[in-house]
Amino acid sequence: MNEGFFEPFRLSLQLAFFTTLILFIIGIPLAYYLSYSTNRFKILLQVILSMPLVLPPSVLGFYLLLLFSPNSFLGKIITSLFDTQLAFSFAGILIGSIIFNFPFMVNSLESGFSNLPSSLREASYTLGKSSFTTLRRILLPNIKPALLTGICLTFAHTIGEFGVILMIGGSIPGKTRVASLAVYDEVQALNLDRAQEYSLYLFLFSFIILTVIYSINKDFFKWKKY
Amino acid sequence: MEKILIQISLKKTIYTSEGSSVLDINLDISNKSLITLFGRSGAGKTTILRMIAGLTKPESGKIIFDDSVWFESATKTNIKPQFRDLGFVFQDYALFPNMTVREHLNYAQSIKDDNYISELMETFGLNSFESKKPQFLSGGQKQKLSLARALARKPKLLLLDEPLSALDNESRINLQEEILKAHRLFSTATILVSHDLDEISRLSDKVYNLENGTLTEGNV
Repeated sequence: MNEGFFEPFRLSLQLAFFTTLILFIIGIPLAYYLSYSTNRFKILLQVILSMPLVLPPSVLGFYLLLLFSPNSFLGKIITSLFDTQLAFSFAGILIGSIIFNFPFMVNSLESGFSNLPSSLREASYTLGKSSFTTLRRILLPNIKPALLTGICLTFAHTIGEFGVILMIGGSIPGKTRVASLAVYDEVQALNLDRAQEYSLYLFLFSFIILTVIYSINKDFFKWKKY
Repeated sequence: MEKILIQISLKKTIYTSEGSSVLDINLDISNKSLITLFGRSGAGKTTILRMIAGLTKPESGKIIFDDSVWFESATKTNIKPQFRDLGFVFQDYALFPNMTVREHLNYAQSIKDDNYISELMETFGLNSFESKKPQFLSGGQKQKLSLARALARKPKLLLLDEPLSALDNESRINLQEEILKAHRLFSTATILVSHDLDEISRLSDKVYNLENGTLTEGNV
């Protein structure tokens, strides 16, 4: 194994870390809104956020590639502001990854909020506490398993992403070639041993993450019986 | 003459398994009084408490509390639950699973007053459980904590939603005494909802019967 072997893993972990962090921050207010809002149009937001679950990753990747292209409206703005482009860059695959993983984070958090009895929130309100204090002191501490599930699922799913990253990022070594793409490249180059190694690492990683998620939820349901 | 603390005049359509019906409520409650709303399940008793607390919006009417308007459909006034000076004891206790007994009382206070918390813990016999979380308390202990939490911010009005229904006979008698003790000690006006004419109803200043959406004053 040479030094370059772990480069795709480093990129995968970096991508997964930032995707999870950013989605966690924007996922909480979004999931809160979706759980408690009575606005009849919220269903539209739910549909849009869930699209990545059913849309082929190549389709999402293709649209984002068009959007990120230096000739598009957004592309021109990005180029003039930051003197860079989103297509075939780490920032580009990060944005794609965030959009693609929305449902994994938001749905987990939303089901956490929705499963809490509404009387907890109402009791806090009748004690004079604001919505924000209630969220911070009552709701979030009582949906810890949902928070952990959202974080683990998003992280693991980003590691396993393929289509969107290939479409937006190409497979540029050191820049956008993440571990899942490295498997594909090595198979194409008939380096089957290398592909085998990458695959084994990815398999073990996914296995561990899912074991963690199931263990957390099992403990949670034991706790919830009271 | 006793001062009127809260004047309630509300209308709301409620939907139950037997179809829809209209609640048309007129109720004046004087300072420091204890009243019981009695009626069968599904009659709308909980809805009345929820409308007073601001958790359910009435269709029309008004609620005047101590000269301030909590709700008035004509002027589209609807004060948030956070700004209504009341304590609410929920039927399912609504205790916070992440907090210990003492943390519940600390959380409930807007101005920290350790002496008052100690007094509440003493009154409701919660001292030996102070560092326990709700999942390790019995039904009766949970109900006492729920009552102590509602009183922790020293509200002028206390709303109790079927506080005795989930308890066994011994705990019921015990908690009835606690409610009366709290009512006397803290002089809080109290509205208690019940589908069963318990001992507490006989100890109330007034009992109202909720039938066909309206309240009629009953015999104590």
